[in-house]
Parts: sequence; C-alpha cells; structure tokens
Amino acid sequence: MAQYGIFVYQPAPADPMNLPAEYEKALETYPAQVAETGAEPVTGFAFQPSTTATSVRGDEISDGTFHPAKEVLAGFFVIEAPDLDVAVKVAKLNPATRHGGGVEIRPLFTPPEE
Amino acid sequence: MPQYAVLVYQAAPGDPMQISPEYEAALERYPAQVEELGGRGVAGYALQPSTTATSVRGDLVTDGPFIEAKEVVAGFFVIEAPDLDVALKIAKLNPVHLDGGGVEVRPLFTPPAE
Amino acid sequence: MSVGDNAATAVERAVTDAHRREWAFVLAATARVAGDLDLAEECVQDAYLAALDAWARDGIPRKPGAWLTTTAKRKALDVLRREQVFRAKMPLLVEPDEVAMDEPDDDAIPDDRLRLIFTCCHPALARQAQVALTLRLVCGVGTGDIAKAFLVSEPTMAARVTRAKKKISAARIPYRVPDAGELPERLDAVLTVIHLLYTTGHTAASGADLVRADVVGHALNLTRMLMALMPDEPEVRGLLALLLLTDARRATRTDARGRLLRLEDQDRSAWDRAAIEEGRDLVADAFRTGRVGRYALQAAIAALHATADSYAATDWRRILRLYDDLLKVWPSPVVALNRAVAVSMVHGPQAALDEIEALRQDGRLNGYHYLPAVHADLLRRLDRPEEAAVAYRAALSLADNEAEREFLAARLAEVLDPAS
Repeated sequence: MAQYGIFVYQPAPADPMNLPAEYEKALETYPAQVAETGAEPVTGFAFQPSTTATSVRGDEISDGTFHPAKEVLAGFFVIEAPDLDVAVKVAKLNPATRHGGGVEIRPLFTPPEE
Repeated sequence: MPQYAVLVYQAAPGDPMQISPEYEAALERYPAQVEELGGRGVAGYALQPSTTATSVRGDLVTDGPFIEAKEVVAGFFVIEAPDLDVALKIAKLNPVHLDGGGVEVRPLFTPPAE
Repeated sequence: MSVGDNAATAVERAVTDAHRREWAFVLAATARVAGDLDLAEECVQDAYLAALDAWARDGIPRKPGAWLTTTAKRKALDVLRREQVFRAKMPLLVEPDEVAMDEPDDDAIPDDRLRLIFTCCHPALARQAQVALTLRLVCGVGTGDIAKAFLVSEPTMAARVTRAKKKISAARIPYRVPDAGELPERLDAVLTVIHLLYTTGHTAASGADLVRADVVGHALNLTRMLMALMPDEPEVRGLLALLLLTDARRATRTDARGRLLRLEDQDRSAWDRAAIEEGRDLVADAFRTGRVGRYALQAAIAALHATADSYAATDWRRILRLYDDLLKVWPSPVVALNRAVAVSMVHGPQAALDEIEALRQDGRLNGYHYLPAVHADLLRRLDRPEEAAVAYRAALSLADNEAEREFLAARLAEVLDPAS
C-alpha cells in the first residue's frame, strides 16, 4: 500500500461553516464510499477559511494565502491506497470536484533508508 | 491549544531529493526549535515532487498540480501553538526560506459542538 | 429654552465628548473582559446609549470614562453568562489571569489601549484592514464614514472590517503589546497606519476635496494618544512632529480657487506658527535620544522647510544630508526621488537629472506621477521645453487628483508657450 496526500480545493474563501447543503450531505456519506474503493483514511485536517490565512516569504508577513487564486486549499487528508487508480477514485468521489473546486493527489515522500 | 496547518511552498517541482545541504541540515534542527518557541509538532508530511501530482476537477483528471504556479506545496505539517504570533515565529524559522520558498499558515477548523 | 433642555444638551455634549476622548480606552478595557471584539463593541455602544439616560438622571459622573467602562464591562459579563457556549467558539486571545472581573476602584482600570492598537495593526492583517480597524475600533468611527474616507462602498468596507475581526479570532491574533524584541517592527506598522490615515485625509487620492479634516484630526489624536502611552519612543515623537509640520501648511496648499500650490509658491506668513513650534520641539526631543528613524528624519526635513524664510533661502545642504540619512534607514524610491529634488537645489538640475534617470531605469515608480513631474521641472529649469512637455504629459496621464492635474496642465501650457 502507498500513502497519498489529497489536497481539497474550493472556491475562495472556502468557509467550512458556509458549505452548500448538498456538499455537507455528500461529506457524510464520503467515508463509507472511500472504504468501498479499498482505500483507507489515515488522517485529515480541515482549514478555517482562506481569509484567516497568513503567509511568510523571507521576513515578509502578509495577509492571505501564498498564491492568490480563485480556488484555495480547504483541507488535506492522507489515505492509504494500493495504487494511483484507487486514489483517483477516492479523489473523484470528493464533493469538492462537483462544487466548483477539485482535488490534487500527491504521493507522500518517505526519505530513503540510509 | 489551537492547531495550525503550515503549508510549505518551494519552487516547482519541489523535489525532496533535490533540496540544498543547508536546508537539509536546518531541517534536522527545526523540530527542537519549534518546541523552544512554545509550539508542538502534531503531524508532518513531505510530498513527492509536483511532477507526480494528479488533479481532478469535476470528472476531468489531469497530470500536474491543481493550481499552476512557480511555487508548489512541497510539504505540510500541523502544529499546536498558543496563538498566531507563536505560529508565525515557527513559520518564519522554517528552513524552506533557505531554498527561496515560503509558507502559508492556516488555522485548523474544528466543527463547533452541537 | 427651559432649564431641562439645557441640562439635556449638557448631557449630550458630555456623552459626545466622552465618545471622542474615551472611546478607545473604554473599548480596549471592555475587549479584555468580553474576549471578543464584536461583543465588546456592542457593549460599549450600549454603554454610551445608557449614559444619555443615566447621566440625565444622576448627573454627569466625575470620571465619564470609568463610568462607561464599568457599564460596558458589566454588559459584556451579562452576555457571557447567558451565551457561554457560543462565546467559547470565538475567543479573543487574552491571558486568563489578566481578566479582572471586578475592579474595586475606578481609578485602577488598566489602560489597554496599546493592546487594542497593536491588535488592529497586526502584520497578519492586510494594510487596508489595519487602517479600517484602527479607525473603527480605536477612533470609534462608523463604517459609513470610513467607507467615504477611502472611497469605497459601505458594504465593501463593512465586509473588510468583518473579515479582519474574524481573522483575529479564528487565527487567534493575541490581544497584547508585543515584547521588546518585536516592538520596533510592530510599532513601525502602527506608525505607518497612522501616517497613511493622515495622508488619506490630507490629499484625497481623487476628487476635488483636498482635505478631509476628520481623518486628519483622528490621525493627530491617535499620535498624541500613542505618545502619551509610549513617551520614550522617539519615532512616535517623530511622527507627531511630521504630522504637525505638514499640517501647519495645510491652509496654504491650494489657492483661493482650490488649485494646488507648490511649496515655493505658498504664503509662508499663513503657516500655523504654533504647530511649527511644537513640531520643531518634538524633532529636537527625538534627535536628543540619538535613535532617530524615518519619521524623525522626515520631520526634521519638514522642520527646515517650515522655518525657512523662502524656498530659495531653505537650508538645502542640511536637507540633502538628512535625505542621505533617511535613504539609509528607508531605502525607498520615493525617498530617492525627493532626495533628487534636494540635489537639484544644492548641485543644480543637471546633477539631479542623473538621479532621475536611475529611478526611471529602476522602474518601481513607473506608475507614480511625481517622477515625471519632477523630471519635467528639472528639464524646464534646464531650458529644454520640448522634453519638459513630454514629461509633463506623462505626469498628467498618471495624476488623478484634480488640483494636481490642473497644476501640471498649467505648467505644460507654460513650457509650450513661454510668453503666456
């Protein structure tokens, strides 16, 4: 099994307290759907809206996300899946893909043994 | 204590096997510095380079990161810190700046008790 | 008018007065107890309303600020008791041991205004949010008036303020004065916000009205308040000096028809001597500490201008030296541009032209009308009218203040037809 990081993007400001009702409903059934694909959730984090973000470049502190964009990160979770096809299935089921956002799948990096 | 996600941005493709020796050396000291500043590491993930990313929008699956940009997310960690000032001190110390990168600090969302 | 009417007017006046003088103190103290800026604001507004009746009934208290603070805090505690669960979600970060629930003696109410100012000007908030929050929370200005000052719609400004308050609680920006290590940088942000407020009031970015006296007044009051709270900071003195010295010339910035007048054409006899005196003393105080920064240096330059008998008789050599120092602590292209003007007065327009050329190459000031305006003026002084006209046109295309446009257009006509 491999581990994948799944980044969830939503239209800014991605306020978790202001999700469409359909989105909320879909989130409730999502864990069961993920289990059916053969993937296993490892951990997950939801973010406060992007309007609460602060970025740091060198010594410069600025209000807002690192890249100003129409879609912003709303959360991040890690799954264990046998292969990328399963990870893509998990990604496609995520309600963000049907509400003006989407997801990015990134294989996690484990440092090679010395 | 509140939790913050720290997204680490690096020049694309953000290859963890290609970071500078200074960055690598500083990374080893970083966890101790986080504690000294009054924070606590909760979780941390390094990602494979953005060239291994797959994105999903609606039903469309594409090769590459969700948002095209000069800098990409190379890693992600979660800390506990008493307030934003401490979280920002930790963020500023993140050695990714040695390689020209930066970070975004996002307070985590905990659903309100019903 | 009956005696009762007079009393009512006196009470209203006392409440208005307390609003102007004590708002920041009352809100800052209440915020510490309320643990939430929104709740604190509501309770303080309620307290001012309650004062109208209570003071008419019981007389105006000896210490209106203390009365208002006690009343607002009591209201906040009531709300907190009723809504404990809800408020637990949106805490303002206050060290719990500092929350004194009952203050036995009114005189002992601690002054939290510095916490409030530093929270409003926190670097994790966008500059425009810092400015809006400072006006709203520290000066007690209504959202509608703030929107007018910054030429945006009221809903836009309201959204900006709400978003900033939410970030303060969600990201947990602490309600405290930064420690000594962070203080210089954080204080600079506060001074920048106040200075920005002043310039917004002093020169409207567009539109015919050059001075918005209210915002200028708030900026001056804020700086005086900050100086009382941080008497040992030379840069606070420097900023107050700079604002006073700039403001001393306010009445002469335009002619009777509202057209902008350059420094050299202003009526120096109409400058506010008292403000100049005060500004000059403050500059001297700041320089005595030996720790001058960009505000004290700018103020020193303004003081030399304000005390010179004429533009030509100004001590340009000293001004140039001060610009050299200023450029060291604040390497900004705008400073370099102003320095170029001083160079032209000491070493002639040809010498300054090289500096202008460097700034044009640099590119950072490409959208700033003052760069081609200075360039045009140097070319005019060098008797190169065709080139000057090109530069005046470039300046005109960038300037959006009507008075400045009128000035540039007049200058353009002058170089095109020297006989006029």
